[in-house]
Amino acid sequence: MKRIRWFIGLVIILTLGGLVLFCPIVSILSWQSKFLARAFLWLLVSAFLCLWRILRGPTAPDRAVAIDMLGILIVGFCAILCIPTGRDWYIDIGIAWALQSFIGIMALAKYLEGKDFDE
Amino acid sequence: MNETIGIGLIVIGVLFDFLGCLGLIRFPDVYNRLQASAKCITLGTCGILLGLVFFKGFTATGIKAILCLVFIILTAPVSAHSLARSAYRSGVKPVDAVIDEYANDFKKIR
Repeated sequence: MKRIRWFIGLVIILTLGGLVLFCPIVSILSWQSKFLARAFLWLLVSAFLCLWRILRGPTAPDRAVAIDMLGILIVGFCAILCIPTGRDWYIDIGIAWALQSFIGIMALAKYLEGKDFDE
Repeated sequence: MNETIGIGLIVIGVLFDFLGCLGLIRFPDVYNRLQASAKCITLGTCGILLGLVFFKGFTATGIKAILCLVFIILTAPVSAHSLARSAYRSGVKPVDAVIDEYANDFKKIR
């Protein structure tokens, strides 16, 4: 049973990775932009893996860890989207998201710890 | 040349992000998952931001990317440490742990 579940997970991850690596991207952009589009899709696959851990984490700290990781992944999204679109304000969103994610995770850790905010 | 180095750094960053998420899925325990996510996220997202710096040069966007990189390097270990501490204090024990040295110190602190 455990081996069957392991196999199903491997098939899902390989399918997603193959779709990302070999899907045709039709555009008039340069080869660098197509490459960055593939990198963005690959990050999107890992974000879906994070969402899976958020959905079925056994305990609350598991979900907190996954939320932390998702927040830093979104900073990576913003940094990649900066290059092919040519819009520079995406990195501003990244900085704001990093700050907000840090404050949120600290508040969540204090809440899980069960103490007051002033130690 | 700069763009080639940037694409290489972005590929390394995306690869490390994916490996961190795979560790998040596969490891059996909160502490192992925290280790995978914290270490791989720091190199991964910092690699992507360094690639952005190589693409853009020292313009306003590149300096903002350096700012974001320094902020992530400073804050990711702090949040990982506080998450591990809160996980221990909220009662999650490590899987298959034989010796728990921190429990004695924890009682002394209380």
